[in-house]
Amino acid sequence: MTAAPDPEVVRAIGEHPLFRGLDAAFVHAVAEQATERRFAVDERLATEGTPAEVFYLVTDGKVALEIGSADQPHLTVETVGAGEVLGWSWLVPPHRWRFDARAVKATRTLVLQGEVVRRTLAHHPTWGYLFLVRFMPVLADRLENTRVQLLDLHAR
Amino acid sequence: MLAEPPPEPADPADEGHPFAPIPYAVRAVAAETPDTVTLTVEPRGSRRIGPPQPGQFVMLYAFGIGESPIGVAGTGPDGLLVHTVRNVGRVTAALTRLTPGDTVGVRGPYGHGWPVAEARDRDIVVVAGGLGLPPLRPAIYRLLQQREAYGRLEIVYGARTPKDLVYYEEIQGWRRRRDLRLQVTVDAAGREWYGDVGVVTTRLPDARFEPSRTTAFVCGPEIMMRLTAQALVARGVAPEATWVSMERNMKCAIGLCGHCQYGPSFVCRDGPVLPYSSLAKLLPLREL
Repeated sequence: MTAAPDPEVVRAIGEHPLFRGLDAAFVHAVAEQATERRFAVDERLATEGTPAEVFYLVTDGKVALEIGSADQPHLTVETVGAGEVLGWSWLVPPHRWRFDARAVKATRTLVLQGEVVRRTLAHHPTWGYLFLVRFMPVLADRLENTRVQLLDLHAR
Repeated sequence: MLAEPPPEPADPADEGHPFAPIPYAVRAVAAETPDTVTLTVEPRGSRRIGPPQPGQFVMLYAFGIGESPIGVAGTGPDGLLVHTVRNVGRVTAALTRLTPGDTVGVRGPYGHGWPVAEARDRDIVVVAGGLGLPPLRPAIYRLLQQREAYGRLEIVYGARTPKDLVYYEEIQGWRRRRDLRLQVTVDAAGREWYGDVGVVTTRLPDARFEPSRTTAFVCGPEIMMRLTAQALVARGVAPEATWVSMERNMKCAIGLCGHCQYGPSFVCRDGPVLPYSSLAKLLPLREL
């Protein structure tokens, strides 16, 4: 048996654009084990290659998505701010972070457990469908933005 | 009876000939980025071009090399002009090598600029990509001069990397103002950059304006302008109120030669600033 989610966290999740307007029972279900967490500037939210057990609803601040290697300086490819979602690796096997994520401003987040949300989506396909209709544009926008970045418009 | 001989063609070197450049002296050169400079020029004598309106362009002549259409980035007293030039070819390479005291030819101003006066009482969204900011700069200052005549003022500026941002000091000044809202983003950055990263359209959802009473001024690479205009229109801004500045191969600059023809328009004469409503079907076409 799990403890009831913090009502403040449930309320905050329900007010985030990703969940706003969705069934209150669904919001309550995904809020299980969800927490609020703050990150200081330069604090890391995710590390490439490590298990993506959570995802973040950013409520304030800014997070840089970075990619890098030992022989190359880290490159920020996108920033995510208030009202946005950080992380989709929790949804897609093998559930490992594809990027590093670092706070570039003092950042407040709601941390949702990927396993809890996956289980809820699987048990309630209608909620699952409605949620994915909300979540897919996040992925689609990131894909489109990456394509435009690849055009390197300003290089001409 | 013999026909009347045709009149002698006017000598382009004659004062008043539409192709005769007016000599201007370079007063100052400021490096913006490794390949971009801002030139401040002033008339060498009493002749000068008419006062440019925000968004108009001039033909800058590097003597002995050629002319290039360059947007007016600023004006000042006594006919002073400001142009920001990026080295992308033979003429612009010569222009970016100019030093104070050198002479450059100027003719213009040409075309239709931003409809700043027509946008009174409306919210204004200015979206600039890369070197799209210089042609917007006079419009921004015109808006700020008459700030109370307009609603919200949102500026979104995107560049390739932080080192490609132009007017860096000025931008810091705009950031401190309370009567406008500025978002600056770059396509990619290292860890020294704590600002936004992402293409310029990613910042539009954060821009605050009332779409039904908004006029947008957009300038940058063509694909960026298309995507930006689409995003603004999707948010409810009227296509007729979404203005973009087209760049084409302007030669004569007075609607004679046709080099800059774009669909039914000559960009030099009918533009460069045109409403998105007249371009929406043309912008996705290739090789137009």
